[in-house]
Amino acid sequence: MSIIERPADIARHGALGTSPPRPDGIEKVQGTFEFSSDISADGCLWGATLRSPHPHARIVAIDPAGAWQIDGVHAVITADDVPGQMNYGLISQDQPVFASDVVRYVGEPVAAVAADHPETCRRALAALAVEYEVLDPLLDAEAAIAGDHPPIHPDGNVIRHQRIIHGDPDVTGAVVVEGTYEIGMQDQAFLGLEAALAIPDPGAKGVELHIATQWLHEDRTQIAACLGLPEDAVRLVLGGVGGAFGAREDISLQVHTCLLALRLGRPVRMAYNRAESFIGHVHRHPATIWMRHHATSDGEIVKIESKTVLDGGAYASTSSAVLVNAITLAQGPYRCPNAVVDGWAVRTNHLPCGAMRGFGAVQACFAYESQMDKLAAACGIDPVDIRVLNAMRTGDTLITGQPVLNVAPVEECIRETAALPLPDEPVGGAPMPDGSADVMKLPGGAGRTADAGDIVRGIGWGVSIKNLMYSEAFDDYSTARCRFTDGVVTLKFATAEVGQGFVTLAPQIARTVLGVDDVRLDRIDTQIGSSGSTSASRQTWMSGGAVNAACLAVRSKIFDHVAEENGFDPAALTIDGTDIVDSVSGWRGDVAEACAGATFDETAEYHHAPTTELDENGQGSPHTAFAFVAHRAVVDVDPELGLVKVVQIATAQDVGRALNPLSVIGQIEGGIAQGLGLAVMEEIIQIDGVIRNGNFTDYLLPTFLDMPPVVATLIEQPDPYAPLGAKGVGEPPCISSTPAVVAAIRDALQQAGIDRPLDRVPVRPGDICL
Amino acid sequence: MSEMEIFSLHVNGERRDVTDSWLGESLLDVLRDRLGLVGAKGACEQGECGSCSVVVDGDLVCSCLVMAASAVGQQIVTVEGIAPPDAPSDVQQAFVDAGAVQCGFCTPGLIMAVHDLLDRTPVPSDTEIREELAGNVCRCTGYGRIIDAVQRVAVARVELSS
Repeated sequence: MSIIERPADIARHGALGTSPPRPDGIEKVQGTFEFSSDISADGCLWGATLRSPHPHARIVAIDPAGAWQIDGVHAVITADDVPGQMNYGLISQDQPVFASDVVRYVGEPVAAVAADHPETCRRALAALAVEYEVLDPLLDAEAAIAGDHPPIHPDGNVIRHQRIIHGDPDVTGAVVVEGTYEIGMQDQAFLGLEAALAIPDPGAKGVELHIATQWLHEDRTQIAACLGLPEDAVRLVLGGVGGAFGAREDISLQVHTCLLALRLGRPVRMAYNRAESFIGHVHRHPATIWMRHHATSDGEIVKIESKTVLDGGAYASTSSAVLVNAITLAQGPYRCPNAVVDGWAVRTNHLPCGAMRGFGAVQACFAYESQMDKLAAACGIDPVDIRVLNAMRTGDTLITGQPVLNVAPVEECIRETAALPLPDEPVGGAPMPDGSADVMKLPGGAGRTADAGDIVRGIGWGVSIKNLMYSEAFDDYSTARCRFTDGVVTLKFATAEVGQGFVTLAPQIARTVLGVDDVRLDRIDTQIGSSGSTSASRQTWMSGGAVNAACLAVRSKIFDHVAEENGFDPAALTIDGTDIVDSVSGWRGDVAEACAGATFDETAEYHHAPTTELDENGQGSPHTAFAFVAHRAVVDVDPELGLVKVVQIATAQDVGRALNPLSVIGQIEGGIAQGLGLAVMEEIIQIDGVIRNGNFTDYLLPTFLDMPPVVATLIEQPDPYAPLGAKGVGEPPCISSTPAVVAAIRDALQQAGIDRPLDRVPVRPGDICL
Repeated sequence: MSEMEIFSLHVNGERRDVTDSWLGESLLDVLRDRLGLVGAKGACEQGECGSCSVVVDGDLVCSCLVMAASAVGQQIVTVEGIAPPDAPSDVQQAFVDAGAVQCGFCTPGLIMAVHDLLDRTPVPSDTEIREELAGNVCRCTGYGRIIDAVQRVAVARVELSS
């Protein structure tokens, strides 16, 4: 891929703009990198969780006697054994460590055991007797809004209701299109299952937790509160993280593992299996979005109206923040002067929902991009042209009234994507040497039975906007420390490395700022201030900003030192490659040699510009920054069997500046795979509140055969508000790739003379052929 | 547990005694929890994701689906036995160089699968790579850089042999 092969003279290898190898790469390919599930300790016991089989029930009694009769069982704990706060939660503390009176979803923790072996744990859980009085579950989000069901939680059945009124609410357009769109519940499906090791301090005065998480300090705050310990008695160390995608932002097994270890005074490890993982972390919110666009006859958007309903499941998690994204970004990356938008996040007895890559923007995008195609058709305009016509530019405002101050190259994203080559293989793929169809290139692959001649190819578009960093007046700062001694730089931060590559980027920053090649990383833990969460596409901006600031502070000390030693003006010194240069005298010296024997140690915090909350009409400046992307999907469809093969995804993404082009490509391709998954295969199925496909046989993930080649262009316009000019790149790829794929399927079906709304994702074969 | 069993496995060219296992344990569990070889990863425990891939008597298998006791007398190779620690294999190095590694949880299984693929099909087509590796799920990369890594190795081996 040409965009990751840059001229070598642009930057010194390992500096910003190049793609040095991951520092943990060799360990990971050799199998020696220590994931959280690989960590053990001498004398360690195993913990396991007993979970509710009912979506809604009252706990009448818990009898642990049977479990205690099993050899090897060391502890059985319930809500009675929680010494501190009984509930936790990211925004509101509404989720019990263990259910004590009522269970509110299938899978809710009721008790935990510790034993000498996972199999002993399994038997102990089976021997724990819990008597339930089954209650009527609330499984309909609309019923929660209508007040048709008694509150299933003391906080009520509505987690958040927010409206947005902007401009003239009564204006109408010459052209009006509307639709109701549904988005299914997607699972993050990281491969590295939840796992942790807790090591208690002597006397149970504190605990050290090795944990795969996205945000060490927020975990610590919630854990310490539930343990009834001061925060400094709870030390967290990042265990190797096998992917996250939002699913590790909430507490899962953290508190349980610590409680067992503190109870027993012994190390305890817990590890979920895949089935438990599916019910043990939050998911992407299923959503129903009604949307109506008003436009001029020329296709210019006049007003949007919408109603968004998110099923938050049993506990709040980040539902209120997901809702704000879903409604404040409802206009998409398009100018929209007037809006009447209503949004609800409600509580039901379904699995709890929270963060997943794209965080509300995904749901909104499927609705508004489906609408843009309807609008194009209604106005007789090409889908590309209508998007360019309405494309947002820097200085335009959101429907909250917030100006978009960032670089906003929406039109460039669309035009550059359109300029990328279409697949060179014909519909159905290139034939085999004997002239027969290559079945592996056909929708459905091997084993299909329909005629290859029936395959139809379609092209579809998706364009999106994503807010970067946290919103609504939250100060999600990041902290970093830079220590320079004898020409070696050591960086310390609490930034969770979940695979995205911050451990590669941070040394690149230090090499560039300080002119030093040897950069080492200290352990990622809570022995420094918070870095905020690895989410919201924020760590390159925020922790990159913090590392940059700490390195600049050290550089300032280096300049002072060298200036004093040599009689220079420190303001005249610069770094060029690995040299310090005095611009007055022309003196030049190697950084490490010029600072021999000296040590500089600086810690810095990076804060983004403040944001505001929304008022009752949804007006305000809630977001920190924005990024944009366009996707074009080419899809071959078998209309008879309802099968789909995505042939190619083309994309141009607004990245600000590609600090590590290879990592950017990795985020683009990986995010598109998750967007493709939501488009055509991934959905958690719950029937009567019970998950039916909580395993990798029945929950389908894109494989090598499902994922097409990606052709990508990076739109590099450094953002003046970003500390390094770079925007976060993790979330945009998975947002508009989904509607692009669905639009391509619709296009193919229309060519076959078949009219299907395809207003729900994932698109199932029956949605196409029945 | 009560059903302790003593047997030996041949792993990475060495005889390894398994003294504290019970008969129900999978090869994956024994490798990880009894023998301390944690390179093979458990992610689905039903043979869908390939994270636990090892080679048993020349065949690439999901070690989560193989009973450890059934592998007695067979030659087992795990990712730890692919190459010495100070000299990564060409496939391992290509994964690092090509950006094929993100979180890395699927990586050991893929390293095993790619070695197996290239041993049998030295110059695979794009379709052959996709089909052969479709049993290994990666959630981070979208597979593009992994395919690039495989192709780099294939090209380099051809150049080396000529």
